[in-house]
Amino acid sequence: MKIKSTEIVDTFAEAFKMYGSRVIITADTKEWAMAAAQSITGFATSVIGCKCEAGIEKEISAEDSPDLRPGVSVLIFAMDAESLGKRLMERIGQCVMTCPSTACYNGLDEGTPVTVGGQLRYFGDGFQSSKVMAENKFWRIPVMDGEFLIDDSFNVQESVGGGNILILGKNQKATLKAASAATKAMRALPDIILPFPNGVVRSGSKVGSKYKALIASTNHEYCPTLRGVVKKSELDDGINSVLEIVIDGLTLGAVEEAMRVGMNAAAKPGIKKIAAGNYGGDLGQYHIQLHQLLGAE
Amino acid sequence: MALTLKLHTQPDVPLETDCISPDRFKSLNISEIANLTVFHGNRQVALSDFFDCSGEFDGDIIVEGDCSKIKHIGSVMSFGKITIDGNVGVHTGAVMSGGEIIITGDADDWLGPEMLGGKITVKGNAGHMVGSGYRGSNIGMQGGEIIVHGNVKNETGHVMRRGLIIVGGNSGDFTGVNMLAGTIIVLGEMGIRTGAGMKRGSIISQNPAEILPTFSQSCDYQPSFLRHYYKYLKSIGFNINESFLDGPFVRWCGDSVELNRGEILLYAGK
Repeated sequence: MKIKSTEIVDTFAEAFKMYGSRVIITADTKEWAMAAAQSITGFATSVIGCKCEAGIEKEISAEDSPDLRPGVSVLIFAMDAESLGKRLMERIGQCVMTCPSTACYNGLDEGTPVTVGGQLRYFGDGFQSSKVMAENKFWRIPVMDGEFLIDDSFNVQESVGGGNILILGKNQKATLKAASAATKAMRALPDIILPFPNGVVRSGSKVGSKYKALIASTNHEYCPTLRGVVKKSELDDGINSVLEIVIDGLTLGAVEEAMRVGMNAAAKPGIKKIAAGNYGGDLGQYHIQLHQLLGAE
Repeated sequence: MALTLKLHTQPDVPLETDCISPDRFKSLNISEIANLTVFHGNRQVALSDFFDCSGEFDGDIIVEGDCSKIKHIGSVMSFGKITIDGNVGVHTGAVMSGGEIIITGDADDWLGPEMLGGKITVKGNAGHMVGSGYRGSNIGMQGGEIIVHGNVKNETGHVMRRGLIIVGGNSGDFTGVNMLAGTIIVLGEMGIRTGAGMKRGSIISQNPAEILPTFSQSCDYQPSFLRHYYKYLKSIGFNINESFLDGPFVRWCGDSVELNRGEILLYAGK
């Protein structure tokens, strides 16, 4: 199967069941909301090393935000609900509560509630107070610029992490250009994030390593410098650069749609193939077939 | 189809009708509802002696006529909806825990006393003791919402512990007296001795007010939680000036004769 001149490899992305939450951050200005959003999503590229994966989903206009101020929507994912609750508390406490003028709200209507504001309130040292509106409880924590307002609990829901596409190009420049086009198109979609820097990862990994202490190591089959060194390489002649885009989403459908849109946007001159990363199908709960995604168009 | 109760005879003395409640009507047919007992003064009479009953109960009750002397409508109700098309007497929605009461006219004193949940909306004015505790009671309103589009009289939210009271017009004296917690918003002006003896809770007004000497001024600031209330107020039809969203509000804390954890927020942007 091809998109224009780019071959779509008949393979699948192996994705995992994760738990996700949506955090809405508002502030006096878009800049302050974005500052908090960038901070809370920092060091959150992969659960392997960061305990969670996070990214900015979209900006929210003042008219559409919970408190009529400009906001940013952030998605955070972890491997289980309990762990996600801890990450939310750590990250909101350190990255949002600290940011001037911000407030922080649950952005999911459904799911399992985990207590976040109800824990962070203790920072108020007894001076905190709560308000209940329309069965929604939030906390007012006194801080030096006034009050930090936060929902008592945030919903978490079963989600999908690790959807991905691999872009195999003739050189780094062409591959970067294709990856950028793909991430731009994918970011316009709801319910997903691309947790890696600017949405793209170059250090794709495989499970395990020759070093016993490591649980993951470089995906040697896709490293162009190792072609001819390793027994098996996935790279044909003329492929000299590979970039991966990882997608986490609140639903399988959202991840699939992002992959489909991403493949179409990445299929540019200079891109020989588009493939996907998997672990042989033994690890992930979801196998997203590339040909099926495109066949549905 | 809603069940309609039409007042056909004005009572000489207040008529106690705590049976007018979805909880009482839910398992009764129309004739059984018509035969429910009400108190006319100290005499037991049938509901039908004063009301024509028609329609079928499906959770909604419509009460028509000048019910200024009809007491206790919706007392202890937990679900459904009562629409009172006109004025209503005292103790409407007393200790209700759920459902909704809409009053298109005025409500007399003791509207929603010791309310636990649900919602009462008054399109006109209300009397004294809105959402209050009964005399001798330590706790008043414990949940739900009371929305009065017009004015209210004295002691609104007396010993209130939770919930929300919104007054579109002015409130009388002692608004939030001995308040334990909860929120009172007055869009008009408040009378004297606002928040006297309050322990916690918030009293918010768009206008200046006379503050008791046992309150201290904390600061001028922009309370972000108020934006949620203003958003809600707009959604239910109150005309809110956009400038109130950004404040500033003067925060007075008190009452220092009690815990000193209550607050009065007064818009300071004028």
